[in-house]
Amino acid sequence: MRIVVLLKAVPVVGNEKLVDGWRVDRSAGLEANGNDEYVLEAGLKLIEQHGGELVTLTMCPTPAMEAIRKALAMGAARAVHVQDPALAGSDTLATGLVLSAALRKLEYDLVFAGADTSDGQGGIVGAAVASRLGLPYLSYAARIEPDPGAGTVRVRRISATGYDVIEAPMPAFVAGTQLLGEPRYPSLRGIMQARQKEIASWTLADVGVEPSSVGSAASQTEVDSATPPPPRGGATVVREAPEVAAERIVEFLASRRLV
Amino acid sequence: MAGEIWAVGEIADGQPTRLTRELATLAAGLAAASGRTARSVLVGAGASAAAESLAAHGPDVLAVDVDAGDRPVAAAIAEQIAALARDRQPSFLLVGASNDGRDVAGMLQAMLDWGALVNAAGVRWQGDGPQAEMSVFGGRLVTQSHLAGDHGIVIVRPSAVAAEEAAQPGAIERVGAAAVEPLPAVRVVDRISEASAVVSIEEAPIIVAGGRGVGGPDGFAVVEELAEALGGVVGATRAVVDAGWIGYAHQIGQTGKTVKPSLYVAAGISGAIQHKVGMQTSGTIVAINRDPDAPIGEFADLMVVGDLFEILPRVSAAVRARRGG
Ligand SMILES: Cc1cc2nc3c(=O)[nH]c(=O)nc-3n(C[C@H](O)[C@H](O)[C@H](O)COP(=O)(O)OP(=O)(O)OC[C@H]3O[C@@H](n4cnc5c(N)ncnc54)[C@H](O)[C@@H]3O)c2cc1C
Ligand SMILES: Nc1ncnc2c1ncn2[C@@H]1O[C@H](COP(=O)(O)O)[C@@H](O)[C@H]1O
Repeated sequence: MRIVVLLKAVPVVGNEKLVDGWRVDRSAGLEANGNDEYVLEAGLKLIEQHGGELVTLTMCPTPAMEAIRKALAMGAARAVHVQDPALAGSDTLATGLVLSAALRKLEYDLVFAGADTSDGQGGIVGAAVASRLGLPYLSYAARIEPDPGAGTVRVRRISATGYDVIEAPMPAFVAGTQLLGEPRYPSLRGIMQARQKEIASWTLADVGVEPSSVGSAASQTEVDSATPPPPRGGATVVREAPEVAAERIVEFLASRRLV
Repeated sequence: MAGEIWAVGEIADGQPTRLTRELATLAAGLAAASGRTARSVLVGAGASAAAESLAAHGPDVLAVDVDAGDRPVAAAIAEQIAALARDRQPSFLLVGASNDGRDVAGMLQAMLDWGALVNAAGVRWQGDGPQAEMSVFGGRLVTQSHLAGDHGIVIVRPSAVAAEEAAQPGAIERVGAAAVEPLPAVRVVDRISEASAVVSIEEAPIIVAGGRGVGGPDGFAVVEELAEALGGVVGATRAVVDAGWIGYAHQIGQTGKTVKPSLYVAAGISGAIQHKVGMQTSGTIVAINRDPDAPIGEFADLMVVGDLFEILPRVSAAVRARRGG
């Protein structure tokens, strides 16, 4: 079984900031997007079960070594990094274009993506990539069960009222959630082995995408302003005994017309 | 003539979803501000029946009665909207930030090659197009963004506007399903209902959330009691979801839901950054924590230091007493 995991390198949660106007500051360090680690973990388990190879695919204008090395240390066989300065400022449209172009150069039975990203928050790149490639799209996965014999994959898709069991022929595209289970920590051995693993660096020319169709110049969305929200007043602290504390809470809620 | 603004709807139990009604009201408002025409579009089984109540919000409704059969609805909606959009050339599509809505938006982005403003907490008309307000970087920044071209998709969060009925209801136009090149087949084999999954925390005005401090699945009883007394719903941290004390549908934070209730009560929650990003734009935040130095104190409005098991039941009783019950 061959699995490609779309792994986005995002600014470390809690440290995100903007530079030069509206650019995301990537100099302060990048980590693997949280949801992408869940699908990576699910993919690694499937490779352990069925054999085969898991490759990560990252698009990022700057080196994303920490995120990629961690995925390799967790067990990915190799990594592909589409890295080109022209990618800076790309929106979801360009990201979908580039990732689908890169996937055309790779072989797979399954492509995995996270349900959404901590920085972009769109949750749409997966559906866009699947549509561009003409792949069946199975989203919000809480469980992924391929059947290599039958050539199909079954997914538990979270719904508003429980879950749907959905199925499609492979190759297929699956976007997954936290319910797939906690990602493993890289072992020391894994970290050592990761140093020998291949990180292929592809340019836009390598994937056959025109630089003019990506990056800030081609972006279909523009930021007008970015401002901190109005500051919170700071907490009123209550340290009284439970009876009094409870009264204070109710008084506070009443003063704000919340009870 | 300047292109129309479409609200792309969803149907659940034969009715337009609450988010769909909000999109209709939003489209009507944007149309009024821009002199354009708003329209709601409903695709699915029973679309023209569901269109009756959606039309009450003002915009005319295009209803495409097409049964997705055993396919997930998002693909059927996206195919039909793409065909309609090519035919009628609207400028802007408002799509809800639900699971199905985000799938529809991603498919439409690829099929139409349109840009998308994602996760909008508010939308208004600015210049020549919609301007979306987004909360980014864990709520530390609020951005205003617009679409560069004269068309695009705006993905709108629940409660960006309140759904309102219009003085004049819209008309309903039934449209035959377009013959489309279908997206690759995915088959729904089974639909499973789970009581624990049915909780609309994204729409709730009051949330009482419990964290690891509740100590175990039974500890949630005091949280539930307060939620009930206040007329709210129960939220949770990932720690307690991972522990299996409560269902994932309740989880708030980076890999759970983003919420913005008027009141958020955090009981036994430390306030880790990944939790904070999902709730810090709440109106009023009240924290109950044994640890005076818990990070939640840094962004709460009221920080109560103490044992939640001693405090919550007393608050519930006092709230009930106030309500005279
Ligand atoms: C990729 C990733 C994604 C994540 N996504 C999410 C997410 O979506 N949502 C989320 O919530 N977390 C998320 N997390 C986890 C997050 O980092 C924290 O681990 C989690 O939020 C902690 O939950 P907690 O506050 O319940 O537990 P703890 O941090 O253990 O806090 C428990 C608190 O309860 C207090 N307490 C204990 N007993 C009592 C008592 N009797 N009375 C009063 N107070 C008491 C303690 O003082 C403590 O402050 C994510 C982590 C990662 C790495
Ligand atoms: N630049 C990227 N590189 C690799 N994968 C990405 C990238 N952007 C998005 N993805 C994938 O698409 C998913 C959804 O992203 P988004 O729509 O941006 O929230 C992520 O969880 C990733 O799996």
